[in-house]
Amino acid sequence: MKRLGDMLLEPGAFSEIAIGNAALVRAMVESGVEIVTSYPGSPTPEIAEAIRSIPAERRPFRFEFSTNEKVATEVAFGAALDGRTSVVFFKSVGLNVAADSFVQLPLMDIAGGMVIILGDDPGANSSQNEQDNRHYALMSYMPLLEPASAQEAYETLKVAIRTARAHRTAVILRLTTHVCHMKGLISFAALDKQALAGSHNSGGGFLPVASECIPIAAAVFPMKRRALERLAELRLEADASALNSLMPGAAARGPGRIQAQGGSPAPRRGIIVAGLPWLSLRDAMEASAAEGRPDVLKLGWIHPLPTGLIARFLADHDEVKILEELDPVIETQVKALAFDAGLHTRILGKAGIEEELGEHTPTKVAAIMSDAWPDLFPMPAARPALPGRMAPSRPAQLCPGCGHRSAFFAVKAALGKDDITVADIGCHTLGHLPPLRMGRVLLSMGHAVSTASGLALSGRDLPGGRKRRIAFFMGDSTFFHAALPGIVNAVYNSHDVLMILMENGTTAMTGHQDHPAAGRNFNGPAAAIPVRKALEGLGVDNIREVDAYKQDELAAAVRSALDETGFRVVIAKHPCMLKFTKAARRRPGFKPRHVTIDQAACTKAHACVSLFGCPSFQVVKDGRVSVERELCIGDGSCKQTCPSGAIIDGEGGF
Amino acid sequence: MASAFNIYITGVGGQGIGFLAEAIARAADKAGLEVRGCDTHGLAQRGGAVASFVRIGEGCHSPLVREGDAHLVIALERCEALRAARDWLSPKGNLVWYDTSWQPLPVRLGEEAPIEAPEIEAICAALGAGHVRVPGGSLGDPRMQNCATLGAVARAGLIPGLDMGNYEEALADLMEGAVLAENLALLLGGC
Repeated sequence: MKRLGDMLLEPGAFSEIAIGNAALVRAMVESGVEIVTSYPGSPTPEIAEAIRSIPAERRPFRFEFSTNEKVATEVAFGAALDGRTSVVFFKSVGLNVAADSFVQLPLMDIAGGMVIILGDDPGANSSQNEQDNRHYALMSYMPLLEPASAQEAYETLKVAIRTARAHRTAVILRLTTHVCHMKGLISFAALDKQALAGSHNSGGGFLPVASECIPIAAAVFPMKRRALERLAELRLEADASALNSLMPGAAARGPGRIQAQGGSPAPRRGIIVAGLPWLSLRDAMEASAAEGRPDVLKLGWIHPLPTGLIARFLADHDEVKILEELDPVIETQVKALAFDAGLHTRILGKAGIEEELGEHTPTKVAAIMSDAWPDLFPMPAARPALPGRMAPSRPAQLCPGCGHRSAFFAVKAALGKDDITVADIGCHTLGHLPPLRMGRVLLSMGHAVSTASGLALSGRDLPGGRKRRIAFFMGDSTFFHAALPGIVNAVYNSHDVLMILMENGTTAMTGHQDHPAAGRNFNGPAAAIPVRKALEGLGVDNIREVDAYKQDELAAAVRSALDETGFRVVIAKHPCMLKFTKAARRRPGFKPRHVTIDQAACTKAHACVSLFGCPSFQVVKDGRVSVERELCIGDGSCKQTCPSGAIIDGEGGF
Repeated sequence: MASAFNIYITGVGGQGIGFLAEAIARAADKAGLEVRGCDTHGLAQRGGAVASFVRIGEGCHSPLVREGDAHLVIALERCEALRAARDWLSPKGNLVWYDTSWQPLPVRLGEEAPIEAPEIEAICAALGAGHVRVPGGSLGDPRMQNCATLGAVARAGLIPGLDMGNYEEALADLMEGAVLAENLALLLGGC
């Protein structure tokens, strides 16, 4: 059996099948990075899993999951300020949390250099939006590099680290979901022991008296000037960088070279592309039966753009298509560049809103290129008409035995018809789906407390003398991540809201990372900060705590709390059963448990299916309910939802 | 592109789709073939539909496959077999599916009828595609469904250029001891 941890520390050069996220860790090891931080969020948590695969005593850098992305950025910054090269990684929307500190980084003199690895999520595979974080690079004057594949991710991170060190600054490595998760054979370089010895233990550079990085008022301008000058220097580096490549196409031969009408030569065509869309484009070019093939300028250096290189490419072509995922960030700059340089190249940008939506998959790029140049990219033959229906949709859902489902079921029973619930981010977001439909609005991590506070202000005196009560859901990891300021505000300003804290003891959605209440951090045992104690410390005096499986008790607690005023908390507590069951399965002597349906007692009311909605319950043609053994974990939280008591312990099935 | 062989692997979160993709990618690498691929697993453990792509051979670049262009579709669940055959299976390709049913919500709520095997067979017929159904339910441990299905793919030789030894080596990269022995038995001998 091959072990990832051994591979990441292998002294010699080698090739191995790996995903982009794992390859990044090898780049950190090779580059002598000393401090790494993160907050878990897809598509980046596998970077931490790869780090975990290296036994702690052999790990060449320190890693932590910080409480949120801003904190992680600041920890990485502090270490780099003192001379130690650091890396921080998190998901796309994490940058919004980090932004307040992040945008200041280019003003600083960061002796060790730091790299921010961003996992952007075109297609919103696992995010609440598909924001294009390249805008942040422009706004903050921070360099940004973007690879197109797992191999390039590994190589580009090494360039980013070198650049960050050389310019004593912060550099963004922007990845997208399917670059993070792309798998293939990756060629890794050998470890350079001498270089590593030189780069390690490089702290102590930030001096108590001589060093100062305080951008206040007039002091901002020399710092901003330096950031802009650095950007100008980096533009020259970008122009010469091997991260950009120019790939000549092929002219059409014979009669095809002359256009049928008018007899003028075919236009010289080129494409500017970056990131994963380049691989979609390559597939489209190789699938095309057309004789001619456009030239391609593939960019790896996105900010500052290599303007000299781009200007030459424009000058050499009559038509240039800019194939760009999400927002027209490159397009607008290239158009401005063409204007300034007086170039008359026809620049084809985005043809409409569709090109700003979703991921540039091979399917989508084939369609985009066919729209732009149908002669070079003929549409593939249409798919034959297929008989029958589309497959029913299968949205993600709460796992069998999930405490959140049990809690939602109980809370729903306690709410009045005018009451409103506010969702937050975590597994419990899935409560908004049928059949539970709990949580009606979602902005961001931790928003719920304050969105609920505003709804409560409005709900005090609705037209017609109506009143409405507001409850919101909050996970225990998010509680520490972003809810604390909102909670303090709600206590301080006396907002009439009920927080239902869904405490499952872990960061479940992103793969069960520990959080500050867990009593463990990434590196071992740690002081636990129980959520209840934290709330009490913040001055919350109305707290109830109920096991989420005890639905009557939980519903009673919510009913009482809803009628009270001020900031109230009901903690609906149950361990994450996915994590719990995985651990139980590994223990010797594990016996699977199930429930079954007492068919004699079952009235086919289907409350288990249509109200509770555990995926273990399957409905057969005659209306009988069966329990799928492969899904049911025998937790029994469903038993109390059956009006006729027909769910009993058993062997699953009918 | 002509020489590329595209595989689309799908099922429900928790069925071990990622493992199946990893085993196939490694087997292709053992056979000395170029390989790339990608798991799509945003909410993988929450019971949603999940998929992995594996592409083998020269002349393929993206880790993702173009819709309707998968020469082999492997599905570990009935409804997902129907979805994948409709959206991803190429004409004259092959579908291998493990026949278990984890009903999606619209079926459980009675909004949609349960999926039946003939619906899947009809899509394959319309595409002129091959069709292998692996009967479900006979495995002691549902977590071995993926390996049982891999066995069906391997024994039928449905991935060009890969022989049984490549699959065995791939599994030995990924597991050890009794677990490896059990899975090798499934690979070689069926259920």
